[in-house]
Amino acid sequence: MANQQFKILIVAATLATLVLIVPHSGSFVVLLATRAMAFAILAMSVDLLLGFTGLSSMGQAAYFGVGAYLTAVLATKFHFGLGWDFWIVVILGILLGAALAALFGLFAIRAGGVYFLMITLALGQCVWGLAYRWNSLTGGDNGINMSGRPNFGLDLGNEVTFFYLVFAFFAVSMALMYVLVRSPFGQSLAGIRERELRMQILGYNTWLHKYIAFIIAGGFGGLAGVLWAQTNGHVSPETVVLTTSVDSLLMVVLGGSGTLVGAAIGTAIVFGLREYLSTLVPWWQYVLGGVYVLTILYLPMGLMGLLSGVRQRFGSQGKGEGLKKLATKPS
Amino acid sequence: MSTDTQKNGSQVPALELRALCKSFGGLQATREVTLRIMPGDRQAIIGPNGAGKTTLFNLITGIYPVTSGQVLLFGQDVTSWPSHRRTALGMARTFQVTSLFPKLTVLDNVLLAIKGLRPSKFVMWRFLSSYKEVYDKAHHLLEQANFLDRKDTEVRNLSHGEQRQLEIVLGLASDPKILLLDEPAAGLSSGESTEMSEFLMKLDPKLAILLIEHDMDVVFDVADEISVLHFGQILETGTPESIKKSPRVQEIYLGTD
Repeated sequence: MANQQFKILIVAATLATLVLIVPHSGSFVVLLATRAMAFAILAMSVDLLLGFTGLSSMGQAAYFGVGAYLTAVLATKFHFGLGWDFWIVVILGILLGAALAALFGLFAIRAGGVYFLMITLALGQCVWGLAYRWNSLTGGDNGINMSGRPNFGLDLGNEVTFFYLVFAFFAVSMALMYVLVRSPFGQSLAGIRERELRMQILGYNTWLHKYIAFIIAGGFGGLAGVLWAQTNGHVSPETVVLTTSVDSLLMVVLGGSGTLVGAAIGTAIVFGLREYLSTLVPWWQYVLGGVYVLTILYLPMGLMGLLSGVRQRFGSQGKGEGLKKLATKPS
Repeated sequence: MSTDTQKNGSQVPALELRALCKSFGGLQATREVTLRIMPGDRQAIIGPNGAGKTTLFNLITGIYPVTSGQVLLFGQDVTSWPSHRRTALGMARTFQVTSLFPKLTVLDNVLLAIKGLRPSKFVMWRFLSSYKEVYDKAHHLLEQANFLDRKDTEVRNLSHGEQRQLEIVLGLASDPKILLLDEPAAGLSSGESTEMSEFLMKLDPKLAILLIEHDMDVVFDVADEISVLHFGQILETGTPESIKKSPRVQEIYLGTD
């Protein structure tokens, strides 16, 4: 337990450092951090499915996309969500993401493994197709340009103010998901990941648990989409494209699935590499590809796995005990 | 089919199978199996490899749908029920191939097993570790099985023998009224399987047990009644003594001709 508190302290300290340093590091860094944090919420929602439930969703961009499009459509067509009603858009975005996941989950959750991946991919592409083709609503290939960020006493047009807001959403999302995965429900997801059949025999309706997890992940995806739209001021089919789903999945794998923090770290690294490398070399995508390949080959547990490996090496004194206990059996 | 331990006719059987059949394509894995287990009964099913013992368990627990016939738990027809609802009636089982949660600790394994039948398994806003009563129960179960000192060990780091024991602890966690044990002594050394049968004999006498086992010492220790399954069919049912002497059983096992 003390170990757990220590981990929370480290994460809290890192977040505090971020919130102190980033605002004074120039507008480029502020914008980059804001974008990464909005996206990290999506990546953590993927981790909820991949790392904790054992479902590799390839269509998480769908919920991200509907959140983003909702924000853009409401802002441009209805002038809604530009003042305090921004908060209503946030709630609507979460609900829409969750509702879409509730619909898609009916199709996807019945399948497992690679089939689940294929179905979520196909459903994600449906949303992309809608975004691309439904010209009157989504602006087709051109997407939607938003005129500016909401202002409700707090002027979100100010990059630093907006950074604080997204940071708050990011931190709260992470805390909520942390509580979720440690709750009885979250542990049931881990059980399903490890051995679904056993869970059924223990009395769990595993379909329902997976379905609920899928809906929650969709809700967080929707939230990430709302923030993403406000960050960029522009929404296009690029937002919903398959690459977004794949990216979020790879970020989780890079950081270490089943850790939440790993998803955030993975997002930060990919965003950082992408922004900095793309200004340095034209072949930056190869670097990113190389990083992924190396991670999967040598760090199957991601960067967080590296950390826990180090911890185990230093805390391995307790190892012999398990063997000794072999001799003492119930009598 | 009723045993001598329970003669009370008004009592509802814990488990009743009526002419249960299962086919996989052309293969008839289970044929017309009829079986009745009263509360507190200790029955064993033996039979050569491929006789359909585990298939029978999978039918009873709802992992496979039945082809025809009925499964009744405590008088309720559960033939079309999913596994988790059958468990809620008071059924539990263990697996021949250990199926624990390898990356979770021993304690977490037991906590999950206890939570399985409680509505609070859906709670998302509270840490699992804050449920004192569930925790105490897990402690109690682990204490009984002498696992308390290893409660924070990840299950994949336990020995095979320990994992087999934990299998049963998980089966007992939901306070079942009938426990299906699928080869609890599989892969255990002779010393370990003696301990296993001692452990099984110490269980609550009101608990009904249906046991599949190859280790005849365990079977003869634990069971009051034995059914012999061969090609999916029950050939013979009787006391351990009568089964031991039965020429047909010897024929199946030893292949005398």
